[in-house]
Amino acid sequence: MDEGLKSELQKQGVFTTTLEEVYNWGRKNSVWPLQFGLACCAIEMIATSMARYDLARFGAEVFRPSPRQADLMIVAGTVTKKMAPQVVRLYNQMPEPKYVIAMGACAISGGPFKQGYNVLKGIDRYIPVDVHIPGCPPRPEALLHAFMTLQQKISDQELTGVNRPRHLNAELPSEFPVPAFGEHDLEPPNNPAVWQAPALTRA
Amino acid sequence: METLEQIKSRIEAAVADVKLEIIPNDSPSAQRSLLVDREHGLAVAKFLRDDAALHLDYCSNATGVDWPAAELTEKFKVKKVVDGVEKEVEEVKKTLRPAYLEAVYHLYSMEKKHGPVIIRLRTENRADKNHLPSLTPVWRSCDLQEREIFDLFGIVFDGHPDLRRILMWDGFKDFPMRKDYVAPDDYEYEPTPHDEVLARAKAHQATEVKS
Amino acid sequence: MSAIAEMPPKKFELLPKESGDGELLEVAMGPHHPSTHGVFRMDVALDGEHVVKLKPVFGYLHRNHEKIAEGTTYLSSMPYTDRLDYFCSLTNNWAYALAVEKLAGLQVPERAEFIRAVTAELTRLQNHACLIGFLTQDMGASGTPLMYAFREREKILDLFESLTGARMMCNYMRFGGCRCDLPDGWLAQAQKVVDETPKFIDEFERLLAENEILMARTQGVGKLSGELAINAGVTGPILRAAGVNYDLRKVDKYGIYERFEFKVPLGDHGDTYDRYMIRVLEMRESVKILQQALKSIPDGPIIDPKAKLRGFRPKVGEAYGRIEAPKGELGFYLISDGGPNPYRYRVRPPSFINLTVLEDMCVGQMIADVVIILGSVDIVLGEVDR
Ligand code: SF4
Repeated sequence: MDEGLKSELQKQGVFTTTLEEVYNWGRKNSVWPLQFGLACCAIEMIATSMARYDLARFGAEVFRPSPRQADLMIVAGTVTKKMAPQVVRLYNQMPEPKYVIAMGACAISGGPFKQGYNVLKGIDRYIPVDVHIPGCPPRPEALLHAFMTLQQKISDQELTGVNRPRHLNAELPSEFPVPAFGEHDLEPPNNPAVWQAPALTRA
Repeated sequence: METLEQIKSRIEAAVADVKLEIIPNDSPSAQRSLLVDREHGLAVAKFLRDDAALHLDYCSNATGVDWPAAELTEKFKVKKVVDGVEKEVEEVKKTLRPAYLEAVYHLYSMEKKHGPVIIRLRTENRADKNHLPSLTPVWRSCDLQEREIFDLFGIVFDGHPDLRRILMWDGFKDFPMRKDYVAPDDYEYEPTPHDEVLARAKAHQATEVKS
Repeated sequence: MSAIAEMPPKKFELLPKESGDGELLEVAMGPHHPSTHGVFRMDVALDGEHVVKLKPVFGYLHRNHEKIAEGTTYLSSMPYTDRLDYFCSLTNNWAYALAVEKLAGLQVPERAEFIRAVTAELTRLQNHACLIGFLTQDMGASGTPLMYAFREREKILDLFESLTGARMMCNYMRFGGCRCDLPDGWLAQAQKVVDETPKFIDEFERLLAENEILMARTQGVGKLSGELAINAGVTGPILRAAGVNYDLRKVDKYGIYERFEFKVPLGDHGDTYDRYMIRVLEMRESVKILQQALKSIPDGPIIDPKAKLRGFRPKVGEAYGRIEAPKGELGFYLISDGGPNPYRYRVRPPSFINLTVLEDMCVGQMIADVVIILGSVDIVLGEVDR
């Protein structure tokens, strides 16, 4: 609906909306995260949900212990190779629509520990990530900003058409293969459907 | 507390045919340690714990160290007569250090509040003769730490109640804390690759884009 | 590869199939479990609701700290130590700096020693406060005590932030001193926080002490005897709750702790309630130390003039340095081969070794108590798995 017409109508006391807007408005203001802390960043995540930063203002203070009740997975901390299969499995167990925030340098790329033999170099090798937050650890304000970014992303989603989100498109997968423990490394080391080595750019 | 020499002679009196050696430490910390032979490791540990004067009831730290074979060079000055004139010449002595794995234990006494007494045990080599006696029957605190040494260094502790991998998963084959361990080639994108990194990156990056 | 690679680890079974314990139930708690304080797993065998066997499973946060540290210089391991026990970065810094100072023979100036003691005690305060918050959370007090604790923690983190520039990962200490001097007004601000702390502890205690649920769920639960604790290398508040008087601040007298007057609180039952109470009492003692230290900080340099930040190469040798971290004895063992990197770098993590006795404390208890016992051990996975 045309924005100008809408505000014109509003002046006359007529409020209109679209189904899409109401649907997204409801979803974006009740994102329930999974209570899932991996390492240091999780402490900042807890601090965000406490009185000073008060995540409840964004409708997201209900941390669910079970993935079946959660909409959002905050990967807060270092994902080790030993933990990666469990992270993917938890993601698979969450119902659609589901979102992922990669919090901190470790979840993005391995961060300070990226030379480690047991550290996964970014959770985006196995599951799609919606918002990345840099920082080691990111401040609570950064996590709040990520929440707002995610809310923006949700409210911008179109319900029909080719760009409709994954949970409305039966053709796109909602579960991703869980890597297995190999003799030297995880097998496979990444999920090619989600992640490929980026092209080399040199100035 | 007694000096390390006194402890050494007392152990030698108490444990028959034990071979001990004091490992010097020239750094300012001056924490010298006692090298104990494999066969008598357990007996020496028991003595240290039960002896009334020492009473080392607390094993604080147990860890492994990997020593691959290496050539050690030592420089020292000697006086030599060259062409009839006495001169000071620097000579280099090379010794071959055999390869072995080592377990180090830091012992304290909680009751007497003294310490540390450091003991070390060495395996015969790094490949097949990698067994050491477990000290877990003497100090329970070695339990998890010896499992960790087994996991990361590959020292097998005979007499340990539950020797399994602890940090890595069960099917894992390598011993990552050894000096010659090669980590899996986990390609990590670098925005400005150069030299070494570039050579490694080429294996993964099919396309090269000039910007 | 060599022959050792052929040796398969024993396949582990919690309940061996042939033992005929068909009645027993096997439960895996973790690695994703809301009460495990991170990614820790316990394989528990249950008879009804009672625990008959419990095996901890580690390694879900094994970040290869030691391997990385052996490939880099002494100084660049300092920020990694922050991430060991991520509640207490400043005490981790101190332990590492202490070990390197022993190895290289550096003298810490008096002012730096005072700053170290002040920051370490502030760290202890916030660690114990948070621990009690998490412990009560595990008992079902969903959120309220934790909110109180985090409110207090934020005040201390503000102090850290104005001193070091970071809330959690302070990276503040250097070999032979500290990185930077106190900013203007920091002491007054710290004094204010410290003066308010007893009020907070009283409030906390009014909330919790003699609370019926807390007493019922903690008293007599998870008993640990003093002898077992010593033999198993348990350190820190858990050891003292079992009645063993061993506090490195008194025993080793590192830093300037011998100048302060404080007591070492001891428990006499070694149960979960004692472990909770020891933390409260230690917070009060920390406040005493802080009150004494803040009044007498001398002027002077904050780093040993002999200390070299660049080109630091200690002599060949080894050193083991340890301090009383909030969770127990935190030690660093370093071997130098004369190069810029340590040849061997080892962390002696208190909460890892404290878990040796987890099974002994849990067997015979109810499954719901396992959560509380684990909470009272005070683990941080960054340190357990490194
Ligand atoms: S990004 Fe930094 S703070 Fe976060 S988990 Fe990694 S090391 Fe810890």
